[in-house]
Amino acid sequence: MTAHKYKWVGTRQNRPDGADKVTGRARFGADFNMPGQLVGKVLRSPHAHAVIKSIDISAAAKLPGVKAVITGQDFPEQPNQSMSAGEMLVNLRDVTRNIMAREKALYDGHPVAAVAAVSESIAREALGLIKVDYQVLPHVIDVDAAMKDDAPVLHDHLFTTGVEPKPTKPSNIASRIAFTKGKVEDGFAKAEVVVEEVYHTAPVHQGYIEPHATLASAAEDGQVQLWSTTQGHFQVRGFCSKLLNLETSQIRVTATEIGGGFGGKTVVYLEPVAIRLSQKTGKPVKMVMSREEVFRASGPTSGGRVDVKIGAMKDGTIVAADCTVALQAGAFPGSPVGPACMTSWACYDVENIRVIGYDVVSNRPKVAAYRAPGAPISAWGVESALDALALKLGMDPIELRLKNAAKIGTKTHYGPTFNTIGFVETLLAAKNSPHYKTPVKPGYSRGVAAGFWFNIGHDSSAAAHVGEDGTVTIISGNPDIGGSRASLALMAAEELGVDYSKVRPVVADTASIGFNFVTGGSRVTFATGLAVVNAVKNLITELKSRAAKIWEVEVDAVVWEDGMAKPSSSNVGKHEPLSLAKIAAMAGKTGGPINGHAQLNAQGAGPGFGVHLVDLKVDQDTGIVTIDRYTAAQDVGTAIHPSYVEGQLQGGAVQGIGWALNEEYIYNKQGKLDNPGFLDYRMPVASDLPMIETILVEVPNPGHPYGVRGVGEVPIVPPMAAIGNAIARGTGVRMVDLPMSPPRLSLALDAARPKAAAE
Amino acid sequence: MSKIHVTTTINGESTEFLCETQQTMLDVLRDNLGLTGSKEGCGSGDCGACTIIADGRMICSCLMLGAEAEGKRIETIEGLAQGEKLHPLQQKFIEMAALQCGICTPGFLVASKALLDRNPNPTETEVRYWLAGNLCRCTGYDKIIRAVMDVAAEMRK
Repeated sequence: MTAHKYKWVGTRQNRPDGADKVTGRARFGADFNMPGQLVGKVLRSPHAHAVIKSIDISAAAKLPGVKAVITGQDFPEQPNQSMSAGEMLVNLRDVTRNIMAREKALYDGHPVAAVAAVSESIAREALGLIKVDYQVLPHVIDVDAAMKDDAPVLHDHLFTTGVEPKPTKPSNIASRIAFTKGKVEDGFAKAEVVVEEVYHTAPVHQGYIEPHATLASAAEDGQVQLWSTTQGHFQVRGFCSKLLNLETSQIRVTATEIGGGFGGKTVVYLEPVAIRLSQKTGKPVKMVMSREEVFRASGPTSGGRVDVKIGAMKDGTIVAADCTVALQAGAFPGSPVGPACMTSWACYDVENIRVIGYDVVSNRPKVAAYRAPGAPISAWGVESALDALALKLGMDPIELRLKNAAKIGTKTHYGPTFNTIGFVETLLAAKNSPHYKTPVKPGYSRGVAAGFWFNIGHDSSAAAHVGEDGTVTIISGNPDIGGSRASLALMAAEELGVDYSKVRPVVADTASIGFNFVTGGSRVTFATGLAVVNAVKNLITELKSRAAKIWEVEVDAVVWEDGMAKPSSSNVGKHEPLSLAKIAAMAGKTGGPINGHAQLNAQGAGPGFGVHLVDLKVDQDTGIVTIDRYTAAQDVGTAIHPSYVEGQLQGGAVQGIGWALNEEYIYNKQGKLDNPGFLDYRMPVASDLPMIETILVEVPNPGHPYGVRGVGEVPIVPPMAAIGNAIARGTGVRMVDLPMSPPRLSLALDAARPKAAAE
Repeated sequence: MSKIHVTTTINGESTEFLCETQQTMLDVLRDNLGLTGSKEGCGSGDCGACTIIADGRMICSCLMLGAEAEGKRIETIEGLAQGEKLHPLQQKFIEMAALQCGICTPGFLVASKALLDRNPNPTETEVRYWLAGNLCRCTGYDKIIRAVMDVAAEMRK
């Protein structure tokens, strides 16, 4: 494994922000305050769908202690123009309406006004004094219902793109996309076995424990300072700049420590509102969402429908793979239907593939990215159908996948041809794992599923500064959501040849380092790692030239080894090696401060593949599923910090377990959310789970100096199907809808029982 | 409405504060006393990010009124480390990567201390059920449970 190849990369060092995080010293979004600050609060629509006829803020504005009241009118109009938001695309005209409604309220929780007041209790009282005249409209939430011809239409300007002939009536179907490889009709014609099924998923939330929080301070000269708990402070700067007509250089955003994001904090909700309130009041404005607001108004992921059809030969060769995915986008277009379609068959080398996707709006919050956006949903369908196929063929589920596994040179149905990948290696690791080799206990059943995520590269900037004592500061601009500071420091220490303790990684604000794309897409260890490595290489070039000056030799007569400048050969002369500390001490005499930097749009990101195994038992009366053993195997490229890589696999797997067994948004007949809290939005707790075993398969990514592949997103893709497959194999009942919660599962088991008795 | 004057002990120090009647202990800690280590994740006692120990009993500070602190002995995350020295639980959490984003960590540490205060030799099941009131979305709990059990074993030596 990696540990033998490198000195620092692959070792389990203490993270540099550890002491702050375990003592409560680390400051998250709601932990920042400024003297004289006001409290901002949002008034939210109680209706799922309504025309906003008028808003009367006069009574609220007069309440003593209230300093400003704003509505959608206080924000500039936005063009119909797309902007990237993490791994998804958003439309500015839609974003401005999502942060503050204009013509319509489109979901229960949609912001319609905001106040800034001297205290939270006065702000709340002011919200109660704002009079909104709503004309309530019929609403629609589920994707199937929203696609019907007679469904209530959310947007009169929305005509489905991607269909011929062009529609003449607006609908809730924003777009249709398609990917094809070969001809599925030919494949199905020759297939000896066919599996066909329709699957549904319910919408789920990322479930980060820390609610959204921000603190904005706008000055009279137009400059703005903003603290935000975010996965991308440059992203926040970009959004606020567009939404408020400010230049990016006028906004300085500091990313606070972040209490979870999983994609949900790659967009803005409170930030533009807080800035606007601060501009109007001349005071800092702090805004924090309650848990209820997080559920009612922040972007969860889609619920959806996946129609799957697979055709195979009796020997297990898949000859046709077809699926149609329809995903809820929420109130505005932009579901992750694209990635859902692209990842659906990516694990498999199949001659004939067709994937069709629909992006569908409905009256619920605008969806935001959630860990491998879209992929877990299409995988729920595809990996369940593959298991049904394996059962039909009498084939081991891992063998079926090995037979059809994508490899180097496989052309995907969404375009690229794979370079070096590790799916086969991961399948074999799962097959040979202690878990798989252990017979299934009586009363238990076992499920297998695979998953894929592209992982992205994108823009990063980094700098490396040498202090007067020779220690090094590594500066980059990605909020640390899971230990990336440690990984960056490990790579820097390795590249520089110095002790890990001599390298201090820092996450800088938007004014203090060049542009960095969001922390997401499983990109930071890869792309920002690459920028850090290049910054260190740049630094080493400078260090060598300083040594050359000190020794009065040519630059190419100096090499950098073990953290020191050394003569390249004995011909250069007798020179004692110069450590960083020694060179730093002479910096002023050799040219001044010693800094390196690098910036790039990282290419060569390596995709990741995961294979999960689960042993569980089902209580036939209550429908309660008990997970007895869980193993997540994944190709991780090179595990820079194995503990944090394991942590990604474990955390992603458990989110998937929650998605499979309990999590869902429950709407009442009025389209209001009935479970906006952690009691009834039931995420896994420690007593629900066993230890999560991990197998780190290392097939290094040739596109990165340390072989890094992104690891964070793949682990959430397989769990639902793995669990559904285990349940099917144990009970004979194939669940096709998520979640497989006790009420739903026990109903399905009850329905199957008379049949079982009759057989 | 006039404020309530409270005298209490927090992390061994005698403390006085004024609070409004409706303020929770969590509000008081964070907004009045500058002790922002306890976090609000839900405000309804469902996530445990605000866990403190009051008179030896582990509770969610969002479910306790600030006024109820009168005369009690309160322990928060800020009292776990002693001077320059981290508590074994804190040290072990760092070493075993039992945190990723860290927002739930103060709650877990206080809850784990409360467990080991009363049961120095818990089984894995006992640890999992004791900590079932603390939500973590990042780690899947595996490394947290391992860290607590390792500390329990070391502290028994």
